[in-house]
Amino acid sequence: MNLPRRNTEPYVGGASPLPRRHILDLDDFSMDEIKSTMQNTDAMREVFGREIRKVPTLRGKTVLTLFYEASTRTRVSFEQAGKILSADVINVSAKGSSSEKGESLYNTALTLQAMNADIIVVRHPDSGAPYFLARHLKACVINAGDGTHAHPTQALLDMYTINRHFGKLKGLKVTIVGDLLHSRVGRSNLWGLTKAGADITLCAPPTLLPPDLISPQARPEGHPFAAVQVEDDIERAVKGAHVVMALRLQLERQVSGLLPSLREYSRLYSITSKRMSLAEPGALVMHPGPMNEGVEIDSDVAHGAHSVIEEQVTNGVAVRMAVLYAVVTPTPPKGQAS
Amino acid sequence: MPSRIILSTDELRRTLARMAHEVLEHNRGADNVVLVGLLTRGFPIAQRLAQWIGKIESIQPTVGALDISLYRDDLAGNIRPNLQRTDIPFPIEGKRVVLVDDVLYTGRSIRAAMDALTDFGRASSIQLGVVVDRGHRELPIRADYVGKNIPTAYDETVAVKLEETDGTDEVLIESRIKAV
Repeated sequence: MNLPRRNTEPYVGGASPLPRRHILDLDDFSMDEIKSTMQNTDAMREVFGREIRKVPTLRGKTVLTLFYEASTRTRVSFEQAGKILSADVINVSAKGSSSEKGESLYNTALTLQAMNADIIVVRHPDSGAPYFLARHLKACVINAGDGTHAHPTQALLDMYTINRHFGKLKGLKVTIVGDLLHSRVGRSNLWGLTKAGADITLCAPPTLLPPDLISPQARPEGHPFAAVQVEDDIERAVKGAHVVMALRLQLERQVSGLLPSLREYSRLYSITSKRMSLAEPGALVMHPGPMNEGVEIDSDVAHGAHSVIEEQVTNGVAVRMAVLYAVVTPTPPKGQAS
Repeated sequence: MPSRIILSTDELRRTLARMAHEVLEHNRGADNVVLVGLLTRGFPIAQRLAQWIGKIESIQPTVGALDISLYRDDLAGNIRPNLQRTDIPFPIEGKRVVLVDDVLYTGRSIRAAMDALTDFGRASSIQLGVVVDRGHRELPIRADYVGKNIPTAYDETVAVKLEETDGTDEVLIESRIKAV
């Protein structure tokens, strides 16, 4: 795949792989769909850069964000994306909602459906919760992070950011460092980046790698992650990398015994400017945020010349606009109130 | 699919040259005139018109590209065209904007384009140039500059092919019904 950095060439011909109903993870995305999402994101970035940031695309649609976990950038960027596309955006957070009175996810969702939400953006601490909603609701469901499983829009915005800088994804060495055991961002990026043909190297303490990734036997020929490299030495992992992605050490999900100490983790796996000097010149440093500065990434790297961490946030709005544009609520039969 | 040629390569070239003259005549020169082509095919046509105007008048108007997908009125259905990047890198405030498209049919694209253009500022006027007007309007819209009027049936399509997008310059009329 060789995408232009900016969409200067017209996309002519080829059936659009869009629309789709739900966005739950990138494992069911085709390469065509990834490509089309990148292209649509590029167009959305132009809209985001206008003086009047408003297009009528989703006028009359209701986007509901349902967050059972803390979030700043994901929730705010979905809200902004929806508003730029003229949707009505309603934010529901578990704190202060009926779930505090013991209402189940299913009943909360049915209530919200009864209010005619067209698109439900959900974040939940349990892996699989958005799949459950997708099975039971008429609305489109977008996964904004479920437990330790998936965070597809974050992976799409990471891929868009990389593609914007290198004009391609195929053949790039992408090193992902950190807590892969708990990282939904890492997982979704693995799906997306392997499909796009990037060469992925993972680097983490063995206790923070999921079993299927730690042992090559679990990834025989034909396994989607068969070509993924695992490297326990950070310097070898970063050497020659085009992209170094640090993952947040998920302090809220750590059980005892996985890490001897934060200091040791930081000494062995933190992204420092000395380590970045081993990467390719012009390499990018990425982090999905929020950062534990001084733990998985040094402050001078996080705010240094290699860092595209702020750009990731800007691109996040454009990606979420592209994703909201892509999903389609099934149209109810004519003459029937939905 | 049976098809016949409406405009050959040479005829298309002459048509565009004539349209460029009409734009200049109508606006009494190229002052304050900018062209905005609708993506995909309106944009290269706008570029060619700009080149013709430059040849005739020695001022070449600037050209922008506009994607109208986000302004379409049929997105409630299942249609989700891939977006292309809109690129209007100049202020349109006070400009005479000539919208350029390949085929004028229902007029809905032009309605969307006018809405989109309004978001970029207040043009002093908006005019419309199309290579082919095939009739069947569903909105009160007409073109100021028309390459060729072609009365068509609903089951026919008009295909404007361009070197930039299709590798060849010609205009065809195609019947959607297979010949028996």
